Amino acid sequence: MSDIRITINGQARSLNVPSMKRLLDVIREDLQLTGTKEGCGEGECGACAVLMNGELVNSCLVPALQANGASVCTIEGVAIDGRLHPVQQCFLENGGAQCGICTPGMILATQHLLNKYPRPTYEQIQEGLAGNLCRCTGYMRIFESVCKAAEADYLPDRGKA
Amino acid sequence: MPENSILGSSPLRKEGRAKVLGEAKYVDDLSLPGMWFGATVRSTIARGKIRKITFSQDVNWSEYAIVTASDVPGENTIVHLTRDHPCLAAEQVNHPEEPILLLAHPDKKALLAATAGVHIDYEELPGVFTIEESEAAVENGDTERIIWPGSDAGGTANCFKQYLMYSADAKDTEQGLALAFENADYIVQGEYSTGAQEQLYIENNGVIAECNKDADGRVTDVCVRGSMQCPYYLVHALTLVFGLPEEKCRVIQTETGGAFGGKEDFPSVIGSHAALLAMKCGHPVKITYDRAEDMAATTKRHPSRTRHRTAVSKDGKLLGGTIEFAIDGGAYATLSPVVLSRGTIHAPGPYKWPYLRVRAKAMATNVPPHGAFRGFGAPQSLFALERHMDKVAKVVGLTPEELRRRNFLSTGDCTATGQPLNDPVDMQKLLTRALEEHGYHEKLKRFAEENKHSSIKRGVGFATFMHGAGFTGSGERRLNSLVHVEVNADGRPNLLVSSTEFGQGTNTILCQVAAQALSLPYENISIAQPDTRVVPNSGPTVASRTAMIVGKLVERACKKLLTTLQDYASLPPQHTPGEFRKAAGFYVAEHGSLRSSVRYEPVKPIFWDDELYRGDAYPAYAWAVYVAEVAVDLNTYMATVTRFDALQEVGKVMHPVLAKGQVEGGVAQGIGYALYEKCVWKNGRMLNNQMTNYIMPTSADLPPIHVHFEEVPSAHGPGGAKGIGELPMDGPAPAILNAIENATGVAFHSIPLLPEDLFERFASFTERAHGGSEELDGSIDRDTRTEVDA
Repeated sequence: MSDIRITINGQARSLNVPSMKRLLDVIREDLQLTGTKEGCGEGECGACAVLMNGELVNSCLVPALQANGASVCTIEGVAIDGRLHPVQQCFLENGGAQCGICTPGMILATQHLLNKYPRPTYEQIQEGLAGNLCRCTGYMRIFESVCKAAEADYLPDRGKA
Repeated sequence: MPENSILGSSPLRKEGRAKVLGEAKYVDDLSLPGMWFGATVRSTIARGKIRKITFSQDVNWSEYAIVTASDVPGENTIVHLTRDHPCLAAEQVNHPEEPILLLAHPDKKALLAATAGVHIDYEELPGVFTIEESEAAVENGDTERIIWPGSDAGGTANCFKQYLMYSADAKDTEQGLALAFENADYIVQGEYSTGAQEQLYIENNGVIAECNKDADGRVTDVCVRGSMQCPYYLVHALTLVFGLPEEKCRVIQTETGGAFGGKEDFPSVIGSHAALLAMKCGHPVKITYDRAEDMAATTKRHPSRTRHRTAVSKDGKLLGGTIEFAIDGGAYATLSPVVLSRGTIHAPGPYKWPYLRVRAKAMATNVPPHGAFRGFGAPQSLFALERHMDKVAKVVGLTPEELRRRNFLSTGDCTATGQPLNDPVDMQKLLTRALEEHGYHEKLKRFAEENKHSSIKRGVGFATFMHGAGFTGSGERRLNSLVHVEVNADGRPNLLVSSTEFGQGTNTILCQVAAQALSLPYENISIAQPDTRVVPNSGPTVASRTAMIVGKLVERACKKLLTTLQDYASLPPQHTPGEFRKAAGFYVAEHGSLRSSVRYEPVKPIFWDDELYRGDAYPAYAWAVYVAEVAVDLNTYMATVTRFDALQEVGKVMHPVLAKGQVEGGVAQGIGYALYEKCVWKNGRMLNNQMTNYIMPTSADLPPIHVHFEEVPSAHGPGGAKGIGELPMDGPAPAILNAIENATGVAFHSIPLLPEDLFERFASFTERAHGGSEELDGSIDRDTRTEVDA
């Protein structure tokens, strides 16, 4: 067991957890934030993606100890004072979410992408989201959502991590 | 409110806000007080008798609940169409990963060691693993390899179901066929095959079950909630497993993270298992599969083999044809007979066949049962047909376009099942528009020129097809679907249906239909969570039936509700939302409640003969032309789709954003089916049951997908809509392989078509072309048996 400190969605938390516990399980079980999903448990699908110190990581591959001292942003930290973040609004309006299971990871991947490229090209969007699998949309509505978010006066500093 | 302002617009997805916020609760996000966790001990062999089950000394078994077949209080069966499928294997296993024993424990982590601590001794029996091996056992009278005996519900040794479908009276058709083949200018034969495909919903199968008992320890009622498409299918399964009446088996659908057919029949298995564990341990029990278990043990798309023999005149008219369609059903019948049925009826495609015979069968093999997956048999038989049509064109010397134009069905013609097409059908127009949208003709010329000087060969191809909406034949009448619309005291209508949302947009479109019919804002309409204690049985959420069939019921129920309010609560014919609320409030105060219920009635009479397998197969068809552009890199042997155009006529488009999403998602799955997704099998076991080595398309793998609609309103659906969900799965694979033939001159007849398959074929050409021309010779075709000029 290890004592770890995590800043989760802006809140400092101290936890005593097994060192090798997956960050995914820390988030879902210890912090009870179930917006982060498990799709494959092997880092392929990106359903468990979160921002850790601003980097997009698959939380199923991160041991708790490695997250010690980190600032982590999950889907619950994306909305602003209960209002949808522009990225969330664009996913909602443009059909970017169908079954919704990949959506939390996809939205965080989009935030990461737009932080890096505020006006991404089509290829940058394709590449930027390639670690997040979606079986419903064929990605076209998601690309459209991302493009709309990039146009929507996107402010890169709005993500809290 | 202006006419048609809601249907045809794109309001926000009903549950969309919860989904983008991460607030939507899927089954694994839920926990019940005192909940335990369940796991499944599965067979490690494909086929054999269970000799003995032993438990390791290293596990403290007193902490665990253990369930075997002998604990099943009712019938040890998972009912689908027949009762051959055990809930838990008792004496014999018939496929790898077959459930034998269930374990539950309060700590999920304690299950891993425990499942490994259960040892099962088998007396192994020989298995069959392909359609051919299963057929051979029957032909050779190899009783050791007769793995399925037939059942009282039909079927014969190793064969779950057979159909024999004639385009007219059997005797006349046989005579016509004999003459057609005698007089044909060409007889074209071909064999085509498709592999298994994993649904790969991103949320694995999962459920939570509860069970109550009386003072004598008898089960009084069970409740299962979880990820699923068809709550009433699970109710039905539970009634048998527990020997309980329907009203004592409650099922609640939770938010469902993708399904695609993969959560049609399988929740009956995992739901029954969790309920048995809940019975045994006296606590709620959650079972969620991890990815490896879900991929190895649950259903996939049926592999298929189709043989075509076609008589054709020198001017390209189809004179007659025979189609032999076979699918691999896996170890138990499950839904194979109905998958086979849809595949059989779609096998003739959108063409006029003067004489046609389709012989179809679903064979048993020792692999986990194959099941429902978007398209339900049609993608298999249409892949074969649309590859074969390109072959026929080539033999006759026509373009693929011209050959099809000479044989398309049109308004007033009869389909191969004898169904008159009374609703307008214009495949000629669809083909013209689709090819134009894609720039097909220009590319055809340009690529032919450019390919001469490039090792990247580019090409274009297309497929023309249709998909029937709703249950086949008399299916909808048998389902007898029911919906309720109620208005609460606050004056807001609430829809009560068992149709489930799993991404396709059920919640949204049904609320649109109600808003339209009630002349109320979309935001005023709500839809109940599917809970069988509350919602009636409006049929399963499958078969492209929700928009058209259930939508029509919602529309009728809403209109009936308006009439009630007009007759008894002075609602004016043109009302405002305020007037509606007032009238509804008045009615509820007066009568206690306000509810309108309607049952299915065919919009037009539908005649179907199950014996002859002829008649009106579907209330309505969606029609489509899909065009693919590909690039085949002869250095890497990678084939890539570089642009895709999907044109369809699906009646009135109810919600353009959702409709495009449905088509794009289906096309993406179709591209995966054709070029990426391969299930690797060994003795009935899937070897690549991981996302790491079963490759579905990522955002970087897909081309721009352009979606186009022709809108011809249909009488069968609300506001003129037809079904759309499955259609987009049918066209991509044949269009892509047709394009690859156009690009390379080489005809491929099997999917998935991976770089190693391309490599194998091209390497063999290079060997044979040694010292000769480097040009690929398209006429050499080792996959097909014969190609005869009569």
